[in-house]
Amino acid sequence: MVAEVPAVEAPAVIELRQAGLTYPGPPPVAALTACELTVGAGEFVTVVGPSGSGKSTFLNIVGLLDVPTSGSYLLDGIDTGALKDADRTALRGRRIGFVFQSFHLLPYRSAVENVRLALLYGAVPRAESHERAREALARVGLGHRLDAVPTRLSGGEQQRVAIARALVSRPSLLLCDEPTGNLDTATAGAILGLLDELHADGMTIVVITHDPLVAARGARTVSIRDGVLTERATV
Amino acid sequence: MRFRRRAARGGSPVEPSVLPLRELLSESLAGMLQRPGRSALTALGTVLGVGTFVAILGLTATTSSQIDSRFDLLTATEVTVEDTSVQQNAFAGPVFPADADERIGRLGGVEHAGVYWTVHPAGSATVRSSPVGADSGGEEIGIVAASPGALLAADPHLAQGRLYDAYLSRGAQPVAVIGSGIAARLGITTLETYPAVFIGDQPFTVVGIIDDTRRKADLLLSVIVPRTTAERIWGPPKGGDARMLIATRVGAAGQIAHEAPTALRPDHPEYLKAVPPPDPRTLRGTVTGDLNQLFLLLAAICLVIGAVGIANTTLVAVLERTGEIGLRRALGARGRHITAQFLAESGALGALGGLVGTSLGGLTVVIVALVRDWTPVVHPATIAAAPVIGLLTGLLAGLYPALRASRIQPAEALRR
Repeated sequence: MVAEVPAVEAPAVIELRQAGLTYPGPPPVAALTACELTVGAGEFVTVVGPSGSGKSTFLNIVGLLDVPTSGSYLLDGIDTGALKDADRTALRGRRIGFVFQSFHLLPYRSAVENVRLALLYGAVPRAESHERAREALARVGLGHRLDAVPTRLSGGEQQRVAIARALVSRPSLLLCDEPTGNLDTATAGAILGLLDELHADGMTIVVITHDPLVAARGARTVSIRDGVLTERATV
Repeated sequence: MRFRRRAARGGSPVEPSVLPLRELLSESLAGMLQRPGRSALTALGTVLGVGTFVAILGLTATTSSQIDSRFDLLTATEVTVEDTSVQQNAFAGPVFPADADERIGRLGGVEHAGVYWTVHPAGSATVRSSPVGADSGGEEIGIVAASPGALLAADPHLAQGRLYDAYLSRGAQPVAVIGSGIAARLGITTLETYPAVFIGDQPFTVVGIIDDTRRKADLLLSVIVPRTTAERIWGPPKGGDARMLIATRVGAAGQIAHEAPTALRPDHPEYLKAVPPPDPRTLRGTVTGDLNQLFLLLAAICLVIGAVGIANTTLVAVLERTGEIGLRRALGARGRHITAQFLAESGALGALGGLVGTSLGGLTVVIVALVRDWTPVVHPATIAAAPVIGLLTGLLAGLYPALRASRIQPAEALRR
């Protein structure tokens, strides 16, 4: 699967301009102090930091799950601050593929159905969505387990289904939150290998992690500590 | 709420999220089927509520149609004329003229008509089968004076002998017709021997033994003598005692009730009050009224309990599936899509419960009707409305949990 090449002048996928988030008090808590970050198309960026450092806030802002209280965030050149809630939701569904630590698969649905869920709200015709879900599962190496329910899949396989679900909507950005947090070292290595392959195919990937070994896989590492984002890898 | 793709809004950089109806239904069906046991238990309240609703209305319709058929046979063709002269004029005298039977018999639609009253003879009035002997103490048995027409209007079934007729009546003959129970008590087994009964000291020849009447069943427990004979021996009836029984053809009762007082007493129609058969519609109304309201209230309570059950389970499901809700929001679902999904799930549960309840309610009606040998009657509107009631119950019950689900913040939900 190849990432969609953004239109004409190819703006950066992520552009944070003095974006910060302060939870209103009392007392106000600065979860993320105003930061600058630009991630171009096809980059593999890891964001590292200890727990409570502001990683989740960063994820929520980049993932359009939360709105920065200061500055602005441009996704594919679209200023998300100006969008209405419904549009932000649609943008999130169409342009961002999420991969979570705990997979978030629906337990009673087959792998295909779980992957298809990402196309449910995107007005993709039924037959096409089935076809694309099968393709995406084949891409992550699960072409033989299309109809397995998550409870019959190993942890690594479950995360592959989740990655297939993130890929199936052909997003601009693959946003991974501790993708290997629930996996053993060998399986984690395989998943990271899969992310490397996707990167090689041109997918823009942001991995948020507290694990320096995972962080080291990125072509570029950003660190967050106490809500401050810096472009220098620190452990 | 709109599920379909709408025309692109001006200036919006993104196509909005949509949830086609078909996908909504299949998602909610999957949500319902992932916990089939729980869904079944949840729907139970609605099943009971809707089932009771259908059963009550069905049984009511069934029983009232039975009442109607009994009504058609007898009550609709029966008119009673009462003597109300005493309240108006204490000196009015006997109200029914001697030729009352003929006067009414001339009205169109009358089959039989006659005057009757219960005789209260002064002094010794026991009934005996012989003037002297072991059983000459006698029995306390009611005595009814009835004109031949009244006897016919009661539609009796003769076990032996005959009824007295106008000829015997005109001559004020001492004859009597008795019920079969009375005959047994008096030791009369056959009319071959021309047995007599003694009322006080008056002998009466028993001309007939009746074993059933379709109207005025109390005649079976009386010794019935001609009106003229009773008047000759015991005098005319006291004011208010006499009544007239009229058997009419179907449909004539109302008209006859209207005409009878004037036909009997053109001079004083106000002395008489004709009681027509009750209108079948009002009869059905009163029968259906009280008890049914109670049962329908019960059905409503069942429905409320069912609704609370659905609300409860849906709320628990929303809390349980917070992660799923967060995921769907992350995948582009809007709050209203989440609301729609949970509403569809609770609505489907309610409708399913309603369908099952309708079937069970219908089955109950059929079984009861079979056991009682009735014709099961259920109004089509009942059957049509019942699943809709279930659906509405489900939707109403799901409203709060579904709205709550839509307010769950995705960032919060995904952290679990």
